[in-house]
Amino acid sequence: MSTLTLRVNGRAQTTDVDPNTPLLWVLRDSLGLVGTKFGCGMSVCGACTVLVDGEAVRACSTPVANLAGRSITTIEGLAKSPDRLHPLQQAWIEHDVPQCGYCQAGQIMSAAALLSRKPKPSDADIDAAMAGNLCRCGTYQRIRAAIHTAAGRLAQEKA
Amino acid sequence: MNALVDMAAGADASLRDLMQDIESGTPGRALRAIKLDRRSFLRMTGLAGGGLLLAFGSSSPALPAAEAAGEFVPNAFLRISRKGSILIYSKGPEIGQGIKTAFPLIIAEELDARWSEVTVEQAPVNPAVYGRQSAGGSRSIPDSWDQLRRAGAVARSMLVAAAAATWKVPADQCTTRDSAVWNGKRSLKYGELAARAAALPVPDPATVKLKERGEYRLLGKSYTGVDNVAVVTGAPLFGIDQQLPGLKVAVFERCPATGGKVKTANLDEVKRLPGVRDAFVIEGNGKPTEVMPGIAIVADSTWAAFEEWDESGASRDSWSELSRRAAELGRQPIGAQTVANVGAVDEALKGAAKTVSGFYTYPFVSHAPLEPQNCTAWNHDGMLEFWAPSQTADRALETVSGALGVPVDKVKIHQTRVGGGFGRRLMNDYVCEAGAIAQRFNGPVKLVWTREQDLAQDFFRVAGFHSLTGGIDAAGRLVAWRNHFVTFSHDGKTPSSGGNMPEQEFPAQNLPNYQLTQTLLPLKTPTGPWRAPRSCSVAWVIQSFLHELSAAAGRDHRDFLLEVMGEPRLLQGGLNTGRAADVIRLATEKAGWGRKLPEGHGLGLAFHFSHAGHFAEVAEVSVDRNKRVRLHRMVVAGDIGPIVNMSGARNQCEGGVVDGFSTMLGLEITMENGRIQQSNFHQYPLLRMADHPQVEVHFIQSEHPPTGVGEPALPPVAPAICNAIFAASGHRVRTLPLTREGFTV
Repeated sequence: MSTLTLRVNGRAQTTDVDPNTPLLWVLRDSLGLVGTKFGCGMSVCGACTVLVDGEAVRACSTPVANLAGRSITTIEGLAKSPDRLHPLQQAWIEHDVPQCGYCQAGQIMSAAALLSRKPKPSDADIDAAMAGNLCRCGTYQRIRAAIHTAAGRLAQEKA
Repeated sequence: MNALVDMAAGADASLRDLMQDIESGTPGRALRAIKLDRRSFLRMTGLAGGGLLLAFGSSSPALPAAEAAGEFVPNAFLRISRKGSILIYSKGPEIGQGIKTAFPLIIAEELDARWSEVTVEQAPVNPAVYGRQSAGGSRSIPDSWDQLRRAGAVARSMLVAAAAATWKVPADQCTTRDSAVWNGKRSLKYGELAARAAALPVPDPATVKLKERGEYRLLGKSYTGVDNVAVVTGAPLFGIDQQLPGLKVAVFERCPATGGKVKTANLDEVKRLPGVRDAFVIEGNGKPTEVMPGIAIVADSTWAAFEEWDESGASRDSWSELSRRAAELGRQPIGAQTVANVGAVDEALKGAAKTVSGFYTYPFVSHAPLEPQNCTAWNHDGMLEFWAPSQTADRALETVSGALGVPVDKVKIHQTRVGGGFGRRLMNDYVCEAGAIAQRFNGPVKLVWTREQDLAQDFFRVAGFHSLTGGIDAAGRLVAWRNHFVTFSHDGKTPSSGGNMPEQEFPAQNLPNYQLTQTLLPLKTPTGPWRAPRSCSVAWVIQSFLHELSAAAGRDHRDFLLEVMGEPRLLQGGLNTGRAADVIRLATEKAGWGRKLPEGHGLGLAFHFSHAGHFAEVAEVSVDRNKRVRLHRMVVAGDIGPIVNMSGARNQCEGGVVDGFSTMLGLEITMENGRIQQSNFHQYPLLRMADHPQVEVHFIQSEHPPTGVGEPALPPVAPAICNAIFAASGHRVRTLPLTREGFTV
């Protein structure tokens, strides 16, 4: 066990865990941030996707020891404020994307990484960026539409 | 060991009963024991005051005390505060089928509420008050439609009576809309009427007037899910998200082959691991649906508890051996048991102008919901309390009570949102396990399965083998159909749960000569209901073979299928051939059936009736020389009567197509020496973003009562795709998944 300080959603968080513990379990069990989901434990389903310095990372396979001093964003920290959701979150609601909803936090975080890199993604860009996120309910058609909608809105905001 | 095998066979028998209950909409035993007729049951759910205390325990999110005074609570589904907030309780589990939005919409429609003023909460689990609180068999809408409409109409009639008394006008001079009662130009908001309505007697729900369909203001339009904001912001919703002060995490290791017992366990060593609080053996009762023997480890965090070890096994099931024996058996045209025999098949086949034969094989598949099985349990103050992501929380009450020896009134279950059902969570084994661990531990525990456990310890969609022969007359009409179905059995007498075909299975009632026989292979691996049980596999066989026959006859498949349907009539089991023909015509019209296609492309048509839904689908695929398949578009045409929430209904069809495609394309569960060979998603490759098809959904909103849509769009998917592959490439797929025949995407 060792004391580690992580920067999560803009706040410094100190935890006392085995440094090999994957970030996922620190978020869920130690910090009470349960929006990041456990799906497979081996980086093949994407339900645990978070942003580390803006890049999409699978929290289930990332030991916290690697993350000291880096900026972690989870689904809980994506919106600027509770009444000002991220354009992706708004688009997800409008397109009524979720069925069971379990994978959607991870999907949104992967999409957020994509849009920060490619503000106007093509279908092929979306396919590539979202390839690591499974949706067991099969909401891919709506996910793709919601990403395009959010991209359009982000472009408007900047214009 | 024999005792264990008997227990497993008994568990499969109870699963078959469960599936029958779920598909027929029969309430759980706890409710049946009350023996209410429908009328008195409706009255009971309409009881105000004392009766409601039954439903609202401490778990119910009560309104603030000040607001609760003068609150209008006409029944267990609805509360209207003086300030006008309208709280609707959704009684059944939300598993991704959208019921938490659909149920309240039905109540709000009859209440004439403004939808934006409605908030929705999950109802407490109390089948004595709410009736059925299960999600399965696509039965939620048909079984609850009347109950929910009347719950809303009771409230509306009382609010109208309260307004009429205030204005001293006859009630029939009052109308309602947008959460208010109107008389001419004056109006009173429901909140303003709440205190007065609360003082009125509650009418018998059976006597209240319901709206005509033409009067609907809410139903049939598109609504976004009531939990969408919580889902996209990562708020705690699911079973696995439960948090309680002092909560510990538990894992439970069972034998990797079903039926194994704990021989030895290094409990002392495990207990010394950092973060581990306790470790112990649970003997269990040997029922896969309840508690199998295993080792429980309780730890401070999930990571600490995931340290693992091995033990020895029991089941010797082997897929390579089972499929080899099935193929041998399939060489016989007739099986050991006769299920159906219409006309004279042998003679009809002898006299046919043309006969066609084919041997079809589909594999075991897993449910693989993305939220692994989990349940939080706490044994405290004489109660065993659960937070369970179950599809059947109502039935879990009895199951837990029986398995753990706790009186049913000492069991309390909170239903959480469910991260995917697909039939897996009709069984409550993980709930029983969590309870068994909680009984041994001082404090709340959350049992979490690993993905590996979730894939290995499933109740699989049963595999099957069909040896088919069909006969066509000189005019190209289908005149004879023979199917020898090789399936599995846990007890040697009855097909395993999900592995049966009923006597009236299509096309038994559509042909002059039809024969269905079956042979049973022994199996120990647990099986169970998987999205659209039975239909999810046999529709592929039947609709593919129909296409083989129409192709052999040189007929247009649409014409051939319509000819098999015949005159519009209602068949035993609920298939309405008129509704079938209508969706077949609609799907083919929307897909441009008969149009010229690019080289390498093909259209495929399939129809299936299941779960009261009539669905026809047309797939457009292309196949290249390397057997690479693209599903470009799927047109879905369905008749489930009037639609409650258009967005939700379309979403179920879109998801059903992806699920059907994903499963037929590359998913299979195999076992060797009793051990499941697939451990995680890298060996169970669900469809990903790049390969999803464009899905187009069309509904015929017929005047029939509304029925469910979680399942019936799935069965036609696989045969539509395989028929399109044949049209595109001339290759007839007779083995699933497609990857077994060398196809890729």
